Amino acid sequence: MQISFILNGRPTSVEVEPSMLVADLLREQLDLTGTHVGCDTSQCGACVVHLDGVPVKSCTLLAPALDGATLLTIEGLQGEPGSNRLHPMQEAFREHHGLQCGFCTPGMLMTAIALAQDKPNLTEAEVRHGLEGNICRCTGYQNIVVAVMAGAAAMHAAGGE
Amino acid sequence: MKSFAYHQPSQVPEAARLLGALEDSKIVAGGMTLIPTLKQRLAAPPALIDLSKLPGLSGIKDEGPTITIGAMTRHADVARSAMLAERLPALATLASLIGDPAVRNRGTIGGSVANNDPSADYPAAVLGLGATVVTNIRDIPADQYFVGLFETALQPGEIITAIRFPVPLKAGYAKFKAPASRYALVGVFVAQFTDGVRVAVTGAGPGVFRVPPMEQALAQHFDPSAIAAIKIDTEGLTSDIHAEADYRAHLVTVMAKRAVDAALS
Ligand SMILES: Cc1cc2nc3c(=O)[nH]c(=O)nc-3n(C[C@H](O)[C@H](O)[C@H](O)COP(=O)(O)OP(=O)(O)OC[C@H]3O[C@@H](n4cnc5c(N)ncnc54)[C@H](O)[C@@H]3O)c2cc1C
Ligand code: FES
Ligand code: FES
Repeated sequence: MQISFILNGRPTSVEVEPSMLVADLLREQLDLTGTHVGCDTSQCGACVVHLDGVPVKSCTLLAPALDGATLLTIEGLQGEPGSNRLHPMQEAFREHHGLQCGFCTPGMLMTAIALAQDKPNLTEAEVRHGLEGNICRCTGYQNIVVAVMAGAAAMHAAGGE
Repeated sequence: MKSFAYHQPSQVPEAARLLGALEDSKIVAGGMTLIPTLKQRLAAPPALIDLSKLPGLSGIKDEGPTITIGAMTRHADVARSAMLAERLPALATLASLIGDPAVRNRGTIGGSVANNDPSADYPAAVLGLGATVVTNIRDIPADQYFVGLFETALQPGEIITAIRFPVPLKAGYAKFKAPASRYALVGVFVAQFTDGVRVAVTGAGPGVFRVPPMEQALAQHFDPSAIAAIKIDTEGLTSDIHAEADYRAHLVTVMAKRAVDAALS
């Protein structure tokens, strides 16, 4: 079936099997490999993308759900094409060592950005509750939580985008 | 995953007709249970009927003595409803404790109630509030709806369109989460009405159930102390790698007390 959606700001139209998962569509058909597949069983959150502005697990989303929707992936966070400007949340992860191997990071960032957009002043408890669906095997979470709090503050200082 | 045909009907009767006409076809709502099942090839339906384009299936309506929640309403929308925070906060709290944000953004109340997972949260609220499961053909009272492990009174091809909750005087929900899955190891929903109290337990057994001795004690005195000494029988409770039956039985009393506490606060 033919589906049309806005992908990282650009109108996109593709032919898919209804059983195609969005994570596979992104990685295999659209060459957007920033979205990771860690578990493929809806547990780890490495595959989180924003569907119509809210975080969802792209390994547990059928491609037909994209039709008419707006999709934002980790690749869509950068500013102008070619600019190396990081999103304030990405910058905070870099600054506060919020990653080691980096496998979980795209999903962490997408979840964290949605969390910060939802609530201006996040408490540590809210950050930990909000990250329950994102698993990291390296960091022990401490620096991720610190980075999300700093990134959220930076996002709001920059106008909440 | 095996391939399948995909239908997005725009009216409930059309969805029902497709379900009846296409053998072994399945409804997909949020997909948070169905898609993992398809991936594991535990099911291989030749066609999926997607309910997301049906008008009027999503949303929360305050009708005074009752609140009706459309089947396609996502857990996240129940969790953040200002009206529920005011009128039935226990239900909003329950929704906010399901899974994680991404699961709550897709999963629906209709899907959860149709699936009737023995550790799911919503069944505790549906039974604990004595809600009505509204389908395309009839109204099913909660006391008749939950039949057993993943089993409900739904007939093949029947579609849940909404859940209608009576508004209690007070209600509370407390859940002991299984740390990895966040499903309820034990969850207890307690609701006080003018004519009595209902206590419903999820997670502890093969399906959600009521606890009449606790209901009677709380009807006399709506306070955690009234049920502190009531232990439920371990007979029929689940024992698995997460917890033995006697630990689950213990948790039922602890969670029931916390649910009453939550209702009073
Ligand atoms: C990582 C993870 C964690 C989770 N944690 C929890 C938790 O803590 N607590 C909890 O309660 N749940 C939890 N869930 C389950 C989640 O709440 C699901 O959303 C829910 O069980 C199913 O809802 P759905 O809308 O996704 O249904 P789907 O997966 O689309 O459908 C489930 C079943 O119901 C049928 N169905 C769906 N809608 C209808 C309808 N309107 N009428 C008739 N039949 C219908 C489908 O055919 C299918 O058989 C979790 C899921 C995941 C992936
Ligand atoms: S890959 Fe989607 S949740 Fe792990
Ligand atoms: S940084 Fe390695 S999994 Fe999180």
